[in-house]
This record gives sequence, structure tokens and C-alpha cells, in this order.
Amino acid sequence: MSRQSNRTADSKKMNSELFTLTYGALVTQLCKDYENDEEVNKQLDKMGYNIGVRLIEDFLARSSIGRCQDFRETADVIAKVAFKMYLGTTPSVTNWSPAGDEFSLILENNPLVDFVELPDNHNTLIYSNLLCGVLRGALEMVQMAVDVRFVQDTLRGDNVTEIRMKFIKRIEENLPAGDE
Amino acid sequence: MADEAPFQFLHNELIQYISKSTENPETEHGRNITKLENMGFRVGQGLIERMTKDTARFKDELDVMKFICKDFWTCVFKKQIDNLRTNHQGIYVLQDNKFRLLSQLSAGKQYLELAPKYLAFTCGLVRGGLSNLGVKSIVTAEVSIMPACKFQVMIQKM
Repeated sequence: MSRQSNRTADSKKMNSELFTLTYGALVTQLCKDYENDEEVNKQLDKMGYNIGVRLIEDFLARSSIGRCQDFRETADVIAKVAFKMYLGTTPSVTNWSPAGDEFSLILENNPLVDFVELPDNHNTLIYSNLLCGVLRGALEMVQMAVDVRFVQDTLRGDNVTEIRMKFIKRIEENLPAGDE
Repeated sequence: MADEAPFQFLHNELIQYISKSTENPETEHGRNITKLENMGFRVGQGLIERMTKDTARFKDELDVMKFICKDFWTCVFKKQIDNLRTNHQGIYVLQDNKFRLLSQLSAGKQYLELAPKYLAFTCGLVRGGLSNLGVKSIVTAEVSIMPACKFQVMIQKM
């Protein structure tokens, strides 16, 4: 069989593997640099936030999606458009709170953890915590303060991976003093 | 449909993190570059392992280099290397006229001093890839005008 036949057949898949592997290298490095998992989680969240505040621009420019009317619509856009666009997966939106200010994203397959096994001595590490930061940062840029955290993770033996998102408040646009 | 934006943003954060994590940027510069390079190395190893699992055995070193220039580069950067040169004594120069990780940075000499940071990971990527194909090497990069970039691969004889 010639090599040509297989050439770039899976280039899209490969590209997500590049991301997965790079993320893995980052987490490995963080685990070396910090003494405890809490610090690593915090750092991942921070880096995610930095990514989120930039990613939102890319997202808005490319998806031509306007302002969301309510949190339900936000949830749909995140799950069906954003996750699909950037991670190639569509989480389901469930567990709405009665007030409609809290919901869960259930990730059936989390591309960040494709080749990952957590060693026993890292049981408080939230491996994909970057995602929380990304979501928080991106939503902050569209005037929504949201609390994002992992409540279940398949890496730690749960059946599904669940990200819980809670709407805190709408951020008022503060014009700098003296600005029109 | 995996997108390339996440990788680019992640790569930027990686650089930010690595260069911020030390107090004295001047003396630590070399070590930071090494760290980035090592991360790239590990990723390159993993990628090549997954890419070549169904491919035929390579004929020789040049065949391996061609694979890196075509398939590997296309997979990572969505384009091929523009020019491959060799002196047939173990030195290869891979030229990319529009290197993806620099193309949004500048088109000219602005920010040239920052270029090494943005290339270290890729150098590691290539070295790791080659290493898993049985070729031990040293990979360096140079930029004279962004976003063009030259990677020099020096094969270490085993």
C-alpha cells in the first residue's frame, strides 16, 4: 500500500489531536511547576480566561450571532455553535434550575482528554479546567458574569462530564468618566 | 470540524505562561525556550506516532524529511513547506514563506525580537517527530522577515 493513499485523510482529526496533545503538554508542565493540584487548577482557569476574552471576538466575527435574549439562548449558542465550532463536539444542555439561571453542559466526549489517564496522586486535579476559564472569559466580554465549574468528570470516575454554569449578573457598561 | 483557533490561542498562552513564570526574563530566556521546545518535542512524538501508524516504511532520511515537509506540516499548519534544501550531509533547511504562528504577528521586521519564542515549540515539534521516526536531530529556526521562517535540521549521526 502506498503512503499517498492515506495522505491527509484525517487532517481535521489530526488537527484536534494537535490541540489535545499540546494541552496535555501544558498540564504536564503545570504539574511539574506547581506543588499542588489546586494551584494547577487555578492557573488553568486563568489561562482559559485569557483565551476566552480573545476567542469571543473570533467567535462573534465568524458566527455572525447577535446578542442573546436570555440565558437559555446563551446556553444553546454555547452548546450548539461554539463547542461545535471549536471542539467539534456538541454537549447537551440539561438540569435547568427553576429560575432559569443555572444549567449543565453534559459532554459526551471531551476532546481535551482523548489520551489522558490521571495518576492516583492527582485526584484533585480538574484536568479540563481551562474550559471553565474560556467560558467565563468569553461571556464576560458580552456583559455576562457567570460562574463555571466542573461537577462531574469522567476522568475521575464519573459517568459523564458535566459543566455547571450559573448566571450571576449582567455587567453594566461603564463608560469611562468624561466619555460620551 | 476541529478548528485551528483553539490551538493558536493555546500556543499563545503557553508562551505567555512560560515567559512569565520566571522572575528574571534576561537570564532565564534560554531556559524558557528550552521548556517550550521540550513541550513541542513531546507533542511531536505523539503526533507522528498517530500519523504514521498506517503508512509504509520510509526508504531513507530524505523520504522522512519529505514526509515532514508535506504531510506533517499540512497536518499541523494546513500548508506544505515551501522549500526544502539539503547539502546531502545531514543538514536540511525547511523554508516556510508564511509561517502560520507568525503570520498574525507582523509582516516585516516589527517584533522580530519576539520571534524565537514563537518558534521554539515548533522546533520541538519537528525534533520530536523526527525522533520517533528514528532520526536524531537538532532543530533551530531563524527569521529575517516575518512571517517567512527557516527551520534548520541537523541530523545527528548515531
